[in-house]
Amino acid sequence: MKHELPKLPYALDALEPFISERTLEFHYGKHHQAYANNLNNLIEGTSFENADLIDIIMKSDGGIFNNAAQVYNHTFYFMALKPRGGGQPRGKLYDALVYSFGSFDNFKTEFSKAGATLFGSGWVWLVADKKNKLRIIQTSNAGNPLCDDLVPIMTLDVWEHAYYLDTQNARPKYIENFWELINWELIETRFENL
Amino acid sequence: MSFELPKLPYAYDALEPHIDARTMEIHHSKHHAGYTNNLNAALTGTDLEGKCIGEVLASVSKHSAAVRNNGGGYYNHDLFWKLMSPNGGGKPTGIFLKALEDNFGSFEQFKDEFSKAAATRFGSGWAWLVKLSDGSLKICSTPNQDNPLMDDAEVKGTPILGLDVWEHAYYLKFQNRRPDYISEFFEVVNWEEAFKRFQD
Ligand SMILES: [Fe+2]
Ligand SMILES: [Fe+2]
Repeated sequence: MKHELPKLPYALDALEPFISERTLEFHYGKHHQAYANNLNNLIEGTSFENADLIDIIMKSDGGIFNNAAQVYNHTFYFMALKPRGGGQPRGKLYDALVYSFGSFDNFKTEFSKAGATLFGSGWVWLVADKKNKLRIIQTSNAGNPLCDDLVPIMTLDVWEHAYYLDTQNARPKYIENFWELINWELIETRFENL
Repeated sequence: MSFELPKLPYAYDALEPHIDARTMEIHHSKHHAGYTNNLNAALTGTDLEGKCIGEVLASVSKHSAAVRNNGGGYYNHDLFWKLMSPNGGGKPTGIFLKALEDNFGSFEQFKDEFSKAAATRFGSGWAWLVKLSDGSLKICSTPNQDNPLMDDAEVKGTPILGLDVWEHAYYLKFQNRRPDYISEFFEVVNWEEAFKRFQD
């Protein structure tokens, strides 16, 4: 099975001024694409050749895992952004965030802090455990919550390539910008379909 | 006593066109400064306060992640600046060149192996040429700000050459093209400084 990138549901310049067109050109057009290309090359002739992406993530390691998880992680990240996003979620997700973190603002603060303090390259996730309880976790490099039996609900890429052209060493500034782009309707759907 | 951000031994634009001035300025005045400040904060009130960086790294496994990450970041960048020079590049000579040839086959093979270690380190980290306790030379890479001086390093020894492959080291100029950055690094390597470390 050939792994392909999803088309982005917005133009590359649509997330300006929060994420620049140039950043997306590289992030989606080069990094995300390279992970997919590498994955397709690496699985050729292996037992993963016809496996679906999640199967590969759950069962592989090394280069195959890194590239498969990075394909998944980036898709999960990019698809949950939109121009004129942001604000707050509604309904069940909002209630669950308040229940788990005290308030929506507390959730935002904790998630942002997890993003700012992850050392090196990696991802911050809002996940649900087996009992549908919400948690914030960090994974380094290509790490993915599915490997720990946790279901991803939203994610933030804190590899330097996600923000270096826009905010350089100021990762917290990138995280502030991220909140302006979140597609909460989509994330509510992910949560409601748990 | 606390650690201070070491001065860069040349101007921010001195490594142009290989490493650009803007990258050097942010890398030194923001990233390296950040590691230095955070290291001082992490050491405050611990039994490592006042110890030299070598001692900090040699017992890093017994201390917090903040000491490891910032102690490594402080040391690695200081070394990295010294290992580059506007008059760098080319190749080493004499017994150092001979040692590289003996260990890796030829200077070109050494360069290829080192470049490969740097290109294939997944995520953030460093590539190293290390002198082991038996005097032999080895190439390795470490994640994040780990280095061969740390007591729990997989390959332990004296760092002779180190290359920063965090994306912040090259993203403004090279973006996703890490291999191009690695080739440019070899145009500015300060082989005299590497040789000094090899001899010690
Ligand atoms: Fe990314
Ligand atoms: Fe660096």
